[in-house]
Amino acid sequence: MAAAHAEHLEHHGPPAPHYSSRVTPGVLGMFLFIASEIMLFGSFFTAYFFVRVVNGTPWPTPPYHLPVYVAFINTCILVTSSFSMHWGLQSIKRGNVWGLRAGLLLTFLMGLSFLITQAIEYSRIGFNTTNGAFATIFFCLTGLHGVHVFVGLSILGFMTIRAFRGHFSAEEHHGVEIGGIYWHFVDVMWIVVYLTVYIL
Amino acid sequence: MRNPLRSEDEAFRFLIAAVVAALVIAGAAYVNTWLGVAAAVLAVAGILWWLKQEPVPGAADVPPKITSETPPGVHRLLVVANETVGGAALLSTLEGLAQPTTELLVVAPALTSRVRHWASDVDGARADAEVRLQASVTRLEATGLEVRGEIGDEDPLVAIEDALRTFGADAIVISTHPEGRSNWLKQNVVDRARERFALPVTHVVVDIAAEQNQPSKD
Repeated sequence: MAAAHAEHLEHHGPPAPHYSSRVTPGVLGMFLFIASEIMLFGSFFTAYFFVRVVNGTPWPTPPYHLPVYVAFINTCILVTSSFSMHWGLQSIKRGNVWGLRAGLLLTFLMGLSFLITQAIEYSRIGFNTTNGAFATIFFCLTGLHGVHVFVGLSILGFMTIRAFRGHFSAEEHHGVEIGGIYWHFVDVMWIVVYLTVYIL
Repeated sequence: MRNPLRSEDEAFRFLIAAVVAALVIAGAAYVNTWLGVAAAVLAVAGILWWLKQEPVPGAADVPPKITSETPPGVHRLLVVANETVGGAALLSTLEGLAQPTTELLVVAPALTSRVRHWASDVDGARADAEVRLQASVTRLEATGLEVRGEIGDEDPLVAIEDALRTFGADAIVISTHPEGRSNWLKQNVVDRARERFALPVTHVVVDIAAEQNQPSKD
């Protein structure tokens, strides 16, 4: 980093920006954003803790049932989408533009199928937010994650469009890197939500 | 501790670790819910331990020294000082280093307490530094040198690095109070500057108190 700074010192024109952190601004910004998201999810998990552990609410509250296996399939889809995301980024690092395009498209389609499956699950689950604290927490946690998947899909959509327009190369693919970090974060959060809501 | 979100590679490895942990937790929960909770606690502890053990990329690398360049025919000195600018030792050092085309930039770090630093409450410190800076620039201008001043970060090394980006310099002069009265010497600022910057660093000790017969501190 200091070598890059030294190069900037030879730069003629307006002074180069001073990076006081070893992390680039884009990654630092994403890190701070994800830190705030962890706090947001943390507050919902705290509510879950009070409803289920402190209050002793049965989970799931009879007569309701949670579609554990459908959610497991959904989990597999989301985890696989992270693999295709990673594959796409590794492809563009080697200069393989079509690999990036295929990876991003696959990731987008799998993410979309996750959301659609989630929506179908909501319509068939048999309870809604008015059916007690268990139902409220269920929809809040999974719904909050669903919103994040939607945001991730929007980012993926833009990345895919840019990839097909030839904006990324082996030297310039920072936009894919940042989106990839976010998508993996969304995946990790779903694993936590799935374990907490459906398994434990 | 390794940051799992530092890059996409790191985030992907973190995801793999989360998947493995999830399989263990799910298996334990299948046997008994509380066993699953215990497995979750252990898994989180295990992942945190793993992140702590993993070497941080680049942490062991010695950062290259920061260099600086000045336009041809120009000689620039970067002076980092606070209350010691008026000292005779510094003035004579500067006269010794100065050339006919020398330009001086005096950087006065805005000294503040740690609490105020973390609260970003630096306005008062900057105002105080501005007063000291104006006095410093006036004293140096009286010697006939071409001088301008700047308020810098409270960390003198950061202040130097910031100044080098717009000023460029051929040499750095750091002026401090004597040992025992200088916070900068306690923080080893001069040696650290010599390690960080590929420029000659001259350290001048100015005993203002002896000159003015009054106690002071930087």
